[in-house]
Amino acid sequence: MKRLPVPLIFGAALSSVFLTMALLSFVWTPHDVEQLVIANRLQSSSAEFWLGTDQFGRDLLSMLMVGARVSLAVALVAVGIGVAIGVPLGLAAAATRGSLLDELIMRGNDLIFAFPSLVIAILITAVFGPSAFNAIIAIGIFNIPVFARVARGGALSLWTLDYILAARVAGKGKARISAEHILPNIANLLIVQATIQFSLGILAEAALSYVGLSVQPPTPSWGRMLADAQTMIYTHPMLAVLPGLAIVLMVLGLNLMGDGLRDMLDPRLRRVRQ
Amino acid sequence: MLRFILGRLISLSLSLIVASLVIFTVIEVIPGDPAAFMLGLNADEATVQALRADLGLDGSNAQRYLAWIAGMVQGDFGTSYTYRVPVAELVADRLWVSLPLAVLSLILSTVIAFPVGLMAAANRGRAADYGIMGGTQLGIAIPNFWFGMLLVLVFAVNLRWFSAGGFPGWETPLLALKSLLLPSVALALPQAAILARVMRSALIETLAQDYMRTARAKGLSRRQALLRHALRNALIPVLTIIGLQFSFLLAGAIIIENVFFLPGLGRLIFQGITQRDLVVVESVTMLLVFAVIVVTFLVDIAYAIADPRLRRRV
Repeated sequence: MKRLPVPLIFGAALSSVFLTMALLSFVWTPHDVEQLVIANRLQSSSAEFWLGTDQFGRDLLSMLMVGARVSLAVALVAVGIGVAIGVPLGLAAAATRGSLLDELIMRGNDLIFAFPSLVIAILITAVFGPSAFNAIIAIGIFNIPVFARVARGGALSLWTLDYILAARVAGKGKARISAEHILPNIANLLIVQATIQFSLGILAEAALSYVGLSVQPPTPSWGRMLADAQTMIYTHPMLAVLPGLAIVLMVLGLNLMGDGLRDMLDPRLRRVRQ
Repeated sequence: MLRFILGRLISLSLSLIVASLVIFTVIEVIPGDPAAFMLGLNADEATVQALRADLGLDGSNAQRYLAWIAGMVQGDFGTSYTYRVPVAELVADRLWVSLPLAVLSLILSTVIAFPVGLMAAANRGRAADYGIMGGTQLGIAIPNFWFGMLLVLVFAVNLRWFSAGGFPGWETPLLALKSLLLPSVALALPQAAILARVMRSALIETLAQDYMRTARAKGLSRRQALLRHALRNALIPVLTIIGLQFSFLLAGAIIIENVFFLPGLGRLIFQGITQRDLVVVESVTMLLVFAVIVVTFLVDIAYAIADPRLRRRV
């Protein structure tokens, strides 16, 4: 076993801190995040409230934990949508290279790329109302073309290889070859891309919830915590600093993990990069 | 070249048509009755009827869609329900905030990214490179609206060099520029991090080419070879990213405007949403999508002019 890349270890460690926080929040948080106790408002950090409280008396650490859960869940499902729809489309496009289907899929991709994602999210929420579900849809739609492209690109080069030809000679259909031979061989690419999209999803969720288009109160989210903190920035700047720091560290961890994974899974890329 | 432009023009118009259909469907068809939606649950029937007539909702979907498109082509974006003024007027006002903001950020991010990417590529594998790459990694992870809040905290709250937000209007150009400075820095820095990384990898790829060895062999110094030969050839991928960034910045401005209380297009959209002013939301989103699609088109063309090899790939 060769040595793991340093960024991978560092990134995975950072990400797992937040993952633990998020999972832990399902069973235990230091305080109830939905109960407003005005008597406890704006306390600084203490033995009872490790990171202090906000203007409604809610414990900041507990809110950050639940926020991690929201943000990870939204990004995860959005990536899931992208993989579940995008990868089969990309594989189909590659298998029928140059056909009308391929053209149609790729043009459709271009079209989605042309939309500014935020504008679509706004559009969706303008009509269907803001919710975590609509945020997931809005972010997920934009993951579809990304995965379709990566899958198609990876699959195209594989289709010219001898072992695929052998599989065709053996009588396997295109769909079966795609599932049995192409997919496992582009899994590396997809995993790396998924990590990247995951971190982008977290940034997007933060932006959407900052403008109030994602999960609704009383459920806390990192973006909403920042929006709430904005009015308090003159007197209690830490309220604005901590949630942002959480976003940065989480995204940084995922990005480093993605870089490390790419280095580990694809030595070819590593040589180009150096 | 002409064939290439024609091909691109066709796909540009297709994109615009599909985009407008999507927006129209989401805003006008899915809610059922937009007039009832806009007025809320407690509106009385007569008011809803009046608004329905006002919005021209009596026609079929196809008629309304065509009327909407025909209006926009002539610069008629409909009348805002809440402001009671033509949306085109509202947009024109707000555009003078959002557009300068996006352009300023684009300039800033390019000006920052170029030397940084160049320095990283020139010092590849050394401490300066690792330092820069670490810094850009951090830059990518920072949400621009949070960065904006930090800027407010440092430069407006603590140092008091800037006001925390608002926009004085272009009657006082210097003050107006000053109030756009912090927001554009907030928008630009995360983008600069991405751009610097693209710049670095494009340069490194070019540096590995044979003609770079030739340039060194004929006696150019590393520095001369880098600036004269590598930089020009590395520009193509960098230009693409800059083009894509413009549309991102225009959309990103929507969020940043909320941080700095700037009366731009973004604030207009959000007001439109909270006031259920669908006319405003519809036309402004279409305008933004239009801008993005057209910019992408122009980048494609610029790209083909810069690199003739790309023209064949229609």
